[in-house]
Amino acid sequence: MDLEAPKIKSAEEFFYIQRNYQKQYRDNNRFIVICGDTGCTARNSKAILGNLDRCLKEKDLSETVGTRFTGCLGLCESGPLVIVYPEEILYHRVIPDDMLEIVEETVLEGRIIDRLIYRDPSSGEKYAYARDLPFYKKQVRNLLGGNWKTDPTKIEDYIALGGYEALVKAVTEMSPGEVVQEVKEARLRGRGGAGFDAGLKWEECFKASGRKFIICNADEGDPGAFMDRSLLEGNPHAVLEGLIIGAYATGAREGVVYIRSEYPTAVEKIKTAINRAEELGLVGDDILGSGFGVQIYLSIGAGAFVCGETSALIASVDGRIGEPVQKPPRLVQHGYLDRPTVVNNVETLANVPHIIKQGAENYRATGTEASSGTKIFSLVGKVNNTGLVEVPLGMTLREIIFEIGGGIKEGKAFKAVQTGGPSGGCLPASYLDLPTDFESLTEVGSLMGSGGMIVMDEDTCMVDLAGYFLKFLADESCGCCFTCREGINRLLELVQNISCGRGSLDQLDLLKELAEVVKDSTLCGLGQTAPNPVLSTIKYFEDEYRAHILQNKCPAGVCRALITFEIIESYCNGCGLCKKNCPSDAITGEQKQTHYIDKDQCDKCGICFSTCRNEAILKQ
Amino acid sequence: MINLTMDGLKISVEPGATLLDVARFYGANIPTLCYDEALSPYGACRLCLVEIGEPGKSRLVSSCTYPAREKLNVRTNTVRVMQTRKMIIELYLATCPSSKTIQDLASKYGVTGVRFSPKNEECILCGLCVRMCEEQMQAKAIGFVDRGVNRRISTAFDRKSEQCRLCGACMYICPVCQARCQGPSEESTLCNACLNLSPPCLENNDHTLCYMDPCAACELKKKTNQ
Ligand SMILES: Cc1cc2nc3c(=O)[nH]c(=O)nc-3n(C[C@H](O)[C@H](O)[C@H](O)COP(=O)(O)O)c2cc1C
Ligand code: SF4
Ligand code: SF4
Ligand code: SF4
Ligand code: FES
Repeated sequence: MDLEAPKIKSAEEFFYIQRNYQKQYRDNNRFIVICGDTGCTARNSKAILGNLDRCLKEKDLSETVGTRFTGCLGLCESGPLVIVYPEEILYHRVIPDDMLEIVEETVLEGRIIDRLIYRDPSSGEKYAYARDLPFYKKQVRNLLGGNWKTDPTKIEDYIALGGYEALVKAVTEMSPGEVVQEVKEARLRGRGGAGFDAGLKWEECFKASGRKFIICNADEGDPGAFMDRSLLEGNPHAVLEGLIIGAYATGAREGVVYIRSEYPTAVEKIKTAINRAEELGLVGDDILGSGFGVQIYLSIGAGAFVCGETSALIASVDGRIGEPVQKPPRLVQHGYLDRPTVVNNVETLANVPHIIKQGAENYRATGTEASSGTKIFSLVGKVNNTGLVEVPLGMTLREIIFEIGGGIKEGKAFKAVQTGGPSGGCLPASYLDLPTDFESLTEVGSLMGSGGMIVMDEDTCMVDLAGYFLKFLADESCGCCFTCREGINRLLELVQNISCGRGSLDQLDLLKELAEVVKDSTLCGLGQTAPNPVLSTIKYFEDEYRAHILQNKCPAGVCRALITFEIIESYCNGCGLCKKNCPSDAITGEQKQTHYIDKDQCDKCGICFSTCRNEAILKQ
Repeated sequence: MINLTMDGLKISVEPGATLLDVARFYGANIPTLCYDEALSPYGACRLCLVEIGEPGKSRLVSSCTYPAREKLNVRTNTVRVMQTRKMIIELYLATCPSSKTIQDLASKYGVTGVRFSPKNEECILCGLCVRMCEEQMQAKAIGFVDRGVNRRISTAFDRKSEQCRLCGACMYICPVCQARCQGPSEESTLCNACLNLSPPCLENNDHTLCYMDPCAACELKKKTNQ
């Protein structure tokens, strides 16, 4: 498209341009989608795209077959993913050399390549069409669905599929107050963690006067979570559209996207999106001839978890140290530059166009009474299908983990699921039927958080796990509050003592007592939720703590100080594999004779345990 | 005027006052480590916690930073406040036993045991020195560096500062640099010696030698004489 494209001045002009884009979009009936998100790119999906282009050229198909390098398709575990349209045939774990076969067989002959189609790891059943996969079948992909169909760098794709229609509707048919009312009625709750009613927040800002700001919080710092990144990389215009509508509704004339520098691709994509929208006149002055205008800026953070907290975020945007400050005064009254400011999460904003387009009532049909709409979870850990899943709020953990996630890897037993990122809680199997909504999760000592979901199997030690999260939080605390900085550090010390076998029951009590104090006495959400992993693991897995303390045993066989490796003489045939692989030279023995492990020399890495073919190594 | 309740007392205060201001004005006893009247409040030490809200739905906030608000129900000496505060002092003792200010707090609040392993930090990161330097000395020579457990006080780029005029105000206000407590030994971080001091020589010297303010021993004596 030429850069001189005139700005869109009215709704009629918008729909005229949209029809053009739709024609262009439809012309490409046969096209091939390649996942270009971080996970698949890491597995060489760029080379796949290159190969595909070459094959198409060779076969003289470049004109008739389109290609699309998109954002995350969800099933990251099985990447790189390739989908052939219009049939929606899904191939997984594709390597660049497969492309020739795909072009020859599927594109030209319409045949499905059996070895590349998805097999369900638990049932073994095969699925050729994306829509049939159990992973996708139970999902409601309102937000992520766009990732399949649009090239994130092309505003044309987004508009052709109905994008920016909500913006047109909002600024030409509705007053700001009506937009606020619609969002309020939709009961849209913040997806950034707290679950605060977005409509109420907007309303308060709407009522304030003078210069106002709206900020999109894309700081996403939880380990293992990548919902916001995928939205920004896969469908940046959806977030941008939500932000512009938010600005219209709240009366902010300046918007900021605060994003961490560790997300270079997302930064690039949203920057392109803002530029393209500006060129078409969807950002800037006098949008669609309505008189309403908004400027959108990017603010790049250095990547601190605590900068996701709204007051720290505002400090960071302002160029100060990212440290939370006391609220009240609340940010909707005294925010950025002491002006009324609304901060919304990426996913929250991405929901807004849907609400405006389909109306609050239709939107509320998905989800539960108190938590409406869908939520994206990043399902990771020991499940078969890791990736991004979008489900109606209130779906049970069991459905997400076992039906969508395909159950636990290698047929092991489910042990716990941690929801809500580093400061969420761990829930045992007895809570699998818990609906995932804001209230239910908080009630049992966990959080919705921003949507991290880490699944653990029987080989996970809960004491070790609590230590892992504490370590993360001790590093990420801003360090202002003594009880957060030193408190988390001491919690970690106590947990480490226990996992080294140096703990006592008194220390366990002290751990609980200190955890409550940290929770109670800190300034911001980080400190207040930091003890959750400790408290919830003690609550649901106290036996495990006690085993570490009283029997000096780590039941899951993880805590190195408490496990030993030994060779069972009668099982060992002296093949020497273990000896060859041991990095600490701790194994001795002649060929064809029983081998021995020197316990002092052994580093407890467990390599021998996994290499021995005769199951002769005993881990206790 | 803002109307609120503090420890059952109905109080009205000017807007802009913090809960600590109110409490101090009405004589409620709230310890602080990171607060100074001459400096802006920072909320780092967490000792000044008070409980706000109705019982059952209440929470703890740092009174030095929390603004007085209409109809707020504030309680300064509940069991929850006291227990939390004791634990915080215990943590301070374990971390920085050489501070006399902290040892005095321990004596005052009856902290008679420390269950954490001892450390010997030289700084509790209360930030008094930083604010002193910036707000009173107008020098901005020192500030916080890094975050979380690695946080520390330093000059820019850890170099000798050209902004620093060696006024010494930072050391004057520091609760750790001030008077060092001689009591605690390597094994025990708790001194509590002040509790057992016999009245010292000060009276004989017309109080001229006393550098402790207030002197724990004198206070004790006053109490026993009453
Ligand atoms: C320590 C901490 C980290 C946070 N990190 C994020 C984050 O990375 N992204 C986010 O959207 N919200 C984060 N939040 C939540 C925000 O403070 C805030 O609730 C949210 O951005 C508000 O937007 P919402 O109402 O749309 O959810 C964090 C909160 C805390 C206390
Ligand atoms: S609770 Fe922790 S992260 Fe939050 S302000 Fe205090 S020290 Fe900083
Ligand atoms: S001595 Fe230097 S650092 Fe300390 S307060 Fe004075 S100017 Fe600041
Ligand atoms: S040096 Fe002293 S005044 Fe400065 S932060 Fe540390 S303890 Fe506080
Ligand atoms: S005096 Fe309030 S937190 Fe230190």
